[in-house]
Amino acid sequence: MMKKLIALLFATFFASIALAQEAPDVLVKRVTEEVLEIVRKDKEIQNGDTSRVLELVDAKVLPNFNFPHMTALAVGKDWRKATPAQQKRLTGEFQELLVRTYSNALTSYKNQRVVYKPFKMNAGDTDVLVRTEVDEPGRKPVQLDYSLEKLDAGWKVYDVTVAGISLVTNYRDQFAQEVRSGGIDGLIQSLVTKNKSLQGNVAKADGK
Amino acid sequence: MMKSRTMKRRVTALLATGLLMSGGAALAQGNPNDPYEGFNRAMFAVNEGLDEVAIKPIAQAYDFVTPLPVRAGVGDFFSNIADIRNALNNTLQGKMADAGNDLGRLLINSTVGIFGLFDVASELGLERHDEDFGQTLAVWGWDNSSFLFWPVVGPKTVRDTGGLVVDIYSDPTWYTLNKSVAARNSLVALPFVDVRASLLPSDKVVEEAALDKYAYVRDAYLQRRRNQIFDGRPPRLEDDLD
Repeated sequence: MMKKLIALLFATFFASIALAQEAPDVLVKRVTEEVLEIVRKDKEIQNGDTSRVLELVDAKVLPNFNFPHMTALAVGKDWRKATPAQQKRLTGEFQELLVRTYSNALTSYKNQRVVYKPFKMNAGDTDVLVRTEVDEPGRKPVQLDYSLEKLDAGWKVYDVTVAGISLVTNYRDQFAQEVRSGGIDGLIQSLVTKNKSLQGNVAKADGK
Repeated sequence: MMKSRTMKRRVTALLATGLLMSGGAALAQGNPNDPYEGFNRAMFAVNEGLDEVAIKPIAQAYDFVTPLPVRAGVGDFFSNIADIRNALNNTLQGKMADAGNDLGRLLINSTVGIFGLFDVASELGLERHDEDFGQTLAVWGWDNSSFLFWPVVGPKTVRDTGGLVVDIYSDPTWYTLNKSVAARNSLVALPFVDVRASLLPSDKVVEEAALDKYAYVRDAYLQRRRNQIFDGRPPRLEDDLD
């Protein structure tokens, strides 16, 4: 009995190490291919079923992101002025905004191909950039890069850059503007309003 | 007739509101790269109106009537001509190997690729670059420039506006069709329509993602230019958490 238990403990221990040690470029490639594979087969996603896309993103993509770090980067200097409770609300609302806006991109997926650029990292690195490119017939390829950091739970994405535009830091000026005019709570409020209006759009689209 | 008159009136009304806004807008502590924010926001509003009534419909029509192979051909044709600009600017920036690559592309695509209608060079592994005179000026030391928003042309900086003028005059399309001004102007305008059409799918994303569409577009433009200036590998900006 005891032996079995110890064996089990060891097994889970090694399994968790194996997971944590999945290299960042391997992680990006695995998740991308898994998600695209599902989208290719799912007719409802291709027809623009938002709730199905959100389900997929929730299950496959979100666990690999570090949203508190992303939010801190987007808020910038004002992040430290926010109380832990405010930081938590900001993170929640920002996550919803990003997920809602960019998940929809998956519904317009057609025949794009993701090319993974050669990746090098040193043994002790805890912060890396994984570079990919999205190719579509008849279009210029689009550069799509992921910044990842090493946490206890494994590698997590904390920034995504499309054609050199960081989806996270691109919010910095807009957020600072909101904080200047209404404080941290003002920023939270405008994110809440924004997310509500996006929910309204979805309801309208599903209704027709 | 009626239609064009209403359109004219709408545009005039937009211009008027734009001017009023620029008069009233004095935003303290904004983006340091955007000292003309009042003017820019006004022009942005004008452009949004123009886009709505004219530019976007043209791009949508173009998108609708041109089948994918034709569009790919148009894109390849102009990017073949753009390789002259790429080669020129890579030379001016001292990147001789890249300039040689661009000339090789031009040679291959103009011949084997039938006047640039097919991008054979990319399939042979000669990478397409993306250079212009604004980037050259940046490499020469003019690295920070104030943001400027132009109607129709869209987001630019003071530096990139000057760069664009040089780019247009160094573009052979400008000279090949000297006899017919209309044909020449259409040829110069076509790549803009092509680019606008390629941006149609991202309209919705920007609309949904932005808290302030103007600031979103401005910051995205500035970041993208920085990326181009550093040839796709810009050093990461300070994370600004302290």
